[in-house]
Amino acid sequence: MNELRRLPVWHSVRIGLIGGVIMLYICLVGMVEVFGRSDIIERVISLGQVLLLLTGLGAGYLAARRAGEPTNALTVLISGVVAGGLTGGLLTGLVVIGSVVNLRAVFINASPALYNALTLGAGPNGAWIPLVGGAALGLVAALFCLLPRRVRQSIVNGLVGVLLAGLFSGLLRVILAARPGWSAELGRFLFASEGLTLAGALLFFILAGGLALLWSQSQATVRERITRLPEAQRKTLRWAMLGLAVILILIFPQISGAFIAQVIVLVGIFALMGLGLNITLGMAGLFDLGFVAFFAISAYTVGLLTSTGEHGIAQWSWWAAAPVGVLLAMIAGAFFGLPVLGIRGDYLAIATLGFGEIVRLLVGSDFLRPWLGGSFGILAIPKPWIGNLELAGPQQIYYLAVFGAVLVAFVAVRLRDSRLGRAWMAIREDEDVAEALGINLVQTKLLAYMLGGAFAGLGGAIFAALVGSIFPHSMNLLVSVNVVALLIVGGMGSIPGVIVGAFALIGLPELFREFDEYRYLLYGIALIAMMLAKPEGLWPSAAIRRELHTDETDETETNPGSSSTVPAS
Amino acid sequence: MAILEVENVHTYYGHIHALKGLSLTVEQGEIVTLIGANGAGKTTTLNTISGLLRPREGRIRLRGEDLTTIPPHEIVARGVVQVPEGRRVFARLTVQENLEMGAYVQKDSRRVREGIERVFTLFPRLKERRQQLAGTLSGGEQQMLAMGRALMAQPKVLLLDEPSMGLAPVLVDSIFATIKRLNDDGATILLVEQNARMALQIAHRGYVLQTGEVVLSDTGENLRQNEMVRKAYLGIQ
Ligand SMILES: Nc1ncnc2c1ncn2[C@@H]1O[C@H](COP(=O)(O)OP(=O)(O)OP(=O)(O)O)[C@@H](O)[C@H]1O
Ligand SMILES: [Mg+2]
Repeated sequence: MNELRRLPVWHSVRIGLIGGVIMLYICLVGMVEVFGRSDIIERVISLGQVLLLLTGLGAGYLAARRAGEPTNALTVLISGVVAGGLTGGLLTGLVVIGSVVNLRAVFINASPALYNALTLGAGPNGAWIPLVGGAALGLVAALFCLLPRRVRQSIVNGLVGVLLAGLFSGLLRVILAARPGWSAELGRFLFASEGLTLAGALLFFILAGGLALLWSQSQATVRERITRLPEAQRKTLRWAMLGLAVILILIFPQISGAFIAQVIVLVGIFALMGLGLNITLGMAGLFDLGFVAFFAISAYTVGLLTSTGEHGIAQWSWWAAAPVGVLLAMIAGAFFGLPVLGIRGDYLAIATLGFGEIVRLLVGSDFLRPWLGGSFGILAIPKPWIGNLELAGPQQIYYLAVFGAVLVAFVAVRLRDSRLGRAWMAIREDEDVAEALGINLVQTKLLAYMLGGAFAGLGGAIFAALVGSIFPHSMNLLVSVNVVALLIVGGMGSIPGVIVGAFALIGLPELFREFDEYRYLLYGIALIAMMLAKPEGLWPSAAIRRELHTDETDETETNPGSSSTVPAS
Repeated sequence: MAILEVENVHTYYGHIHALKGLSLTVEQGEIVTLIGANGAGKTTTLNTISGLLRPREGRIRLRGEDLTTIPPHEIVARGVVQVPEGRRVFARLTVQENLEMGAYVQKDSRRVREGIERVFTLFPRLKERRQQLAGTLSGGEQQMLAMGRALMAQPKVLLLDEPSMGLAPVLVDSIFATIKRLNDDGATILLVEQNARMALQIAHRGYVLQTGEVVLSDTGENLRQNEMVRKAYLGIQ
């Protein structure tokens, strides 16, 4: 075995096998079929096929890269072919075995239709096709590896452009159709009834690839020119950029249409909850798996106080009810913090889990139905008004959500840099030492729970305004899990990370609603991949970033705002 | 009057009777050391003084004021500050941030800056490394940081729990030299040590602890000559 490991092909074999297993997985859970229904380029390639192609290409590319520098082009090509061939080879194995043994008893998706799809319609006789196809993909990937970097980048960008345009072709078409100067002909030229037309794909490829190429060529000179500007002008430039960003944010819902605006509002609501949990968990290190409780308490409060339906008790305006909801969520934070003050770590997660469930069961209970509506929820929650302008739909509530998120993010930043923020951090790092340094554990922890609860409460209040009716089943554990996950993905303790995480975990899945049945599967895969590849999160907090790059400590220290290592959202 | 008085203190962990009527005093400007084998109750004593543990019986007084009913963060604010066992620095924060954290009870930012400068004159090594993450410091530097962090709270009485634990002999010497120097500058110190030889050299007085009880107390000099101490703690036949 050890002898084997020293052979250069070992890596290719390993990567090929991993790729093959991923392929098998994609096939056997039925993704090929489901994703096969949505075309990226009409009648040319479907999303399911893209997945398989990407796996083959990926395996070939990784293996070829591994073979990389010290060896020659031939080794690179061979590595790619071996890895790609193995990846496809496992599918060949699947087809061969599947045509002899009936696998459907175990894998319901191992159907003749799948085998046909894998062999391009040839059936069991074409079992060799995935093998050869995989090897060909590996070869292509290896060749790609040998291209100069710039060319590689533009090709990748072009392909990503086509993929995104194809995936979101429906949305794009609707958005573009609303633009003045857009003609139906142009629409038909670019978009098919499903996915892109071939011509459209080509255009998007050239557009995305070309733009990337242009940018990569001019980027350095632009940067340099900016740094050569006098300080005053650079300042104006920064302000101008900021102003532009603000204007873009303000007119965004008008450009994007109602659906995307609704997605953004959801992102905003989850960002609010994320910012709340970022205080309790991210800053103070107190685990909380029942975070949805605060959201629910505020949403129900706002619902009860404003509803014009049968459960409404006051028919207040949203503006009067929302502060009450936030306040109650805050009090709930304290109420709930008190009994769990002495609990640490893993036990805390379990205890808080219980709290969230209690609230959900209470609002859904028959016992409280006369007041809270039981499983029928609270209906007829009116929309907020600003003056005599009604925030009627997502395109208007958008402003509420964005404003709320910005406000709370600002408060969160101020809190982080305050004395209280430091006390939270001390507790997170070492509770005993924090106490020995004179930090009042009870008070500090309670404040973390209360402020976290208040932030989530604002999210709940906006949620009530958005949907107009609230039900117990919207208050389930999954919400809490989502909030924890978005913190992890964004980067624990990082305020921008919360926003990025909310976009990645709430925004993106909303856009893929059509693949709903695979939503949580993909979600899980994404989380695992994240933990393996970038455990610190997409936008880690300064402390974590420093820890990972201790050699660069001085640089990041003198320039804490530097975001050079950070991807844009 | 003694600055710190511990009088007939009984501390329990559940029903484990860890301190059995322990009494000791520390006078202003003294170094008092507490020596004893593993599990004798040294850490328990310090934790009881700093309020992290509550005695079931007995009194602890700081300049006559009873501390046993005061929460730990207020005990710190009154000037009793503990350096916990095992160099527990905030690993993910820089040296500077650790020190700032130590001044948590100090609200005046000018005093905080002065405090940091004072710590840096005491431990020049820390000054060079002020932006380094505490977790990447060497063991000796971490101990310096833990002590410096406690000094930031401007203690009237400093409780040190085994500052020399796990350090190379050269570093042990320098840590003890620093303790001596702090004391020369006027600090009152209650020092828990397994390294009885060194501790008794710099201490004015010492207490020998066995299973939660004081079995012997005398001046540092006398304890060093004491037959029992020499056998059990100094390893001299
Ligand atoms: N959290 C705890 N729960 C139960 N028993 C404890 C706990 N902490 C300490 N003890 C017990 O109390 C006694 C005194 O412990 P303590 O930590 O004070 O000893 P020590 O003198 O500091 O020892 P060392 O030199 O090893 O640090 C020991 O018997 C120990 O087992
Ligand atoms: Mg101890």
